[in-house]
Amino acid sequence: MQNDRKWRFKITPFRMILILFVLIAAAAALYRFVYGLGAVTNLSDEWPWGLWIGFDLLCGIALAGGGFSTALIVQVLHKDKYLPIVRAALLTSLIGYIIALVSLFLDIGRWFNFWRPFFYWGYHSVLFEVFWCIALYTTIQILEFGDIFFERVHCPSLKKILGVLMTPLLIIGIVLPTLHQSSLGSLYIVAVDKLYPLWWSMIIPFFFVWSAFFLGPAMVTIEGTLAARTYKREPETDLYSSLTKVTLWMLIIYFIVKMGDLAYRGVFGMAFNGSYESNMFLIEMIVFVLLPIFMYATPSIRNKLSGVLTASILVVVGVVFNRMNVVFTGMAKSVGGSYFPSIWEWLITIGMWSALVLIYCFVVENFPILPKEEHVSHSGKPFGTGFHA
Amino acid sequence: MMSKGVLVDVTRCIGCRSCMVACKTWNDLPAKKTTFSNTWDSPGKMDADTWTVVNSYVIEEDDQVKWRFVKKQCMHCNEPACESACFTHAFVKTQEGAVIYKPTVLNKDYCVGCRYCMIACPFDVPKFQWEKAFPYVQKCKFCYERLQEGLEPACVTACPTGALQFGDREELLAEARKRIDSNPNYYKKIYGEKEYGGTSWMYISDVPFEQIGFKEDVSQKSIPSYTWDVLKWTPFIFFGWGAVLTALRAYTKRRAEVHNEEEMFAPVEKE
Repeated sequence: MQNDRKWRFKITPFRMILILFVLIAAAAALYRFVYGLGAVTNLSDEWPWGLWIGFDLLCGIALAGGGFSTALIVQVLHKDKYLPIVRAALLTSLIGYIIALVSLFLDIGRWFNFWRPFFYWGYHSVLFEVFWCIALYTTIQILEFGDIFFERVHCPSLKKILGVLMTPLLIIGIVLPTLHQSSLGSLYIVAVDKLYPLWWSMIIPFFFVWSAFFLGPAMVTIEGTLAARTYKREPETDLYSSLTKVTLWMLIIYFIVKMGDLAYRGVFGMAFNGSYESNMFLIEMIVFVLLPIFMYATPSIRNKLSGVLTASILVVVGVVFNRMNVVFTGMAKSVGGSYFPSIWEWLITIGMWSALVLIYCFVVENFPILPKEEHVSHSGKPFGTGFHA
Repeated sequence: MMSKGVLVDVTRCIGCRSCMVACKTWNDLPAKKTTFSNTWDSPGKMDADTWTVVNSYVIEEDDQVKWRFVKKQCMHCNEPACESACFTHAFVKTQEGAVIYKPTVLNKDYCVGCRYCMIACPFDVPKFQWEKAFPYVQKCKFCYERLQEGLEPACVTACPTGALQFGDREELLAEARKRIDSNPNYYKKIYGEKEYGGTSWMYISDVPFEQIGFKEDVSQKSIPSYTWDVLKWTPFIFFGWGAVLTALRAYTKRRAEVHNEEEMFAPVEKE
C-alpha cells in the first residue's frame, strides 16, 4: 500500500463509452437546469413523477439496501464470515444514495430551494422524513467510508476520531435507512383511493423496508459476481449461497404478510379479476417472489453460482418491478393520461448509472474494498470469461 | 373568523362559464388557445393558468337526456392533503378557509417544486408550471385577497344563476340540507360534507355524483390523518430500533476472532 501512492484508472473501450454517456447526461442536465422540466421531460400534470423519481430515486435507494442489510448482519450480529463483502456493499450503497440525491436534485422544479426542508419543517410530510433520513444517512456513509479512505490517504488522527465514532455511526446508519426505506413506501399512503388496492396498504412501509432488506444479499451476490468477472477473481459462491438463507426466509414472510394484508383488506379477489393491474400483480408475486423462494429453497440450485445468481437477479428485478408497479401501474387508472420517459430522461438516467459503474471501478482499484485474494477459498477454477467492465 | 365555503348547486348551473372568465380576469391569468369540442367541455382540464373549469356531462336516463355542468376547482379541504404532504410546509389552510401558499412576503418562496402535493391531492387539483424554468405549483386560491377584504370570490360574483353561493361553511351546510330535504329531485348527499374529512367547497346535485366526475365511496378520514397514523411511530422506531441494535451489537461482540481489517482488504488491479 505505502509503496503505491499513484492513483490508477485504466481506460478500456467499454469505459470510454460509459464516460461518453456521463458527458451526454451532464450536458442534458445543464440544459434542464436552465430551461426547466417541461423542456426536457415528458412529465405532465397527470404524471408529476416519472423515471427519475420512480426509477433512479425509488429503485436506486432500494438497490442500495445492500449497505444496511450487510451492516446489520456483519456489524451488529457479528456474522464474521460475511466480513469480506461488507466494504463492497457499503461502497455500492454510498454511490446509490449519491445517485438518488442527484436525481432528486434534477427533478425538483425550484432546485435552488433544495435546502429549504432543512430549515422549514413540514414534519407532517412523509417526504420530510425521507429527505432528512437520506441526507443524514448519506453523510454517515461518507464518514464510514472515511475510515477506508484514510487507510489509503494516511491521516492517523482523523482515522482515530472516526474509529471512536464508528459504533454510533453504525447504529444510526442502520436505523436511518430502516426509517426512510419504509417511508418511501409511506409516501404512497396519501394516494388512498388513487393507488390500486393491490398495492395501496397501510403497511406499505413494511413491504418497502422488508423488500429493501432482503434485496441486499441478492444485490451483493450480483455485484460480487460482476466484480469477480471484471477483475478475474474467484466469486465467493459459498458466501452467496449461505446468504440465501436470509433472503429465503424474508421472502416467505413477505409473501405471507402480503397475502394476509390483501385478505384483511378484502381485496384478495382483485388479484384475479383479469385487469392489467391484477396481471402485473400476479407476475410480481409468481415470477419474482414464489420462483426465487423455490430456487433458494433447492440446494442444488442455490449452491451453484449460476443458480444463486439467477435467483438473485429475479429478486432484484422483482423489487424494481414492485416499485414500478406502485409508481406507474397502480396509479395509471386513477390519474389518466399516458407517460413514457423522453429521450433526455433516458439519457440522464443512463448517464447516472454509467457514473455509478465508473466510480465503483475507480474506488475498488484504488482503495482497499475487496478482500485480498488469499482470504478467499480457492476451490474452483478462476473466472475469466464474460463481463469485462 | 368562521371558515368560509362555497355551495355549488349543480341543478342551477347553465354552463355559461362566466366563472372561468372571472377567475382568469381577477387573477390575471393568460388565456389558452383551446380546440373545438362538441361537448361544451373545452378546455376540460385545469392547468397552471386555468384554476377552474366547467365540465359538461350528458346523462341519459330512460328516454330523458340530462345536461349537467359542473364547476371544478380546488375543494379547499378542511385538512388538506397538499399541506400535509409538503415537506417545507409551503401550503397552509388559512382561518378564512383558503388553502394557499403561505401568504406573507417572508414565507412566499418555500416551494421546492417536488410535486408531492400533486400526488397527494385526492382531487388532482394542484398543477405545475411545466414550461417555466423555475416553476410554482398553481391552483385556485379561493381569491384569498378578496376574502380578506370581506368580498366573495370572483367566480361567485360572476355567477348569474346563483349556482354558486358563498358564506360560512356551517350555514351553507344547513342551506344545502334544507334544499335536498325540501326537493325530492335532489340526490341525497352533500359532496364535500365528509369526503376526506370535509371540504370548504361543497356540491349538491340531482344526479349521482359518480356520473358527474366525482369519486363516491371515498374515505371520510382526512388524508393527513392516514399519514400521521404511520409517521407518529417515527421517534419510537428511531430510539427503539436503535436500542435493540446497540444491545445486539454488544451481546454478539466479536468473540474469538479479532480482525485486522487493514490486512484483509486491498485495491484490485485491472488487467
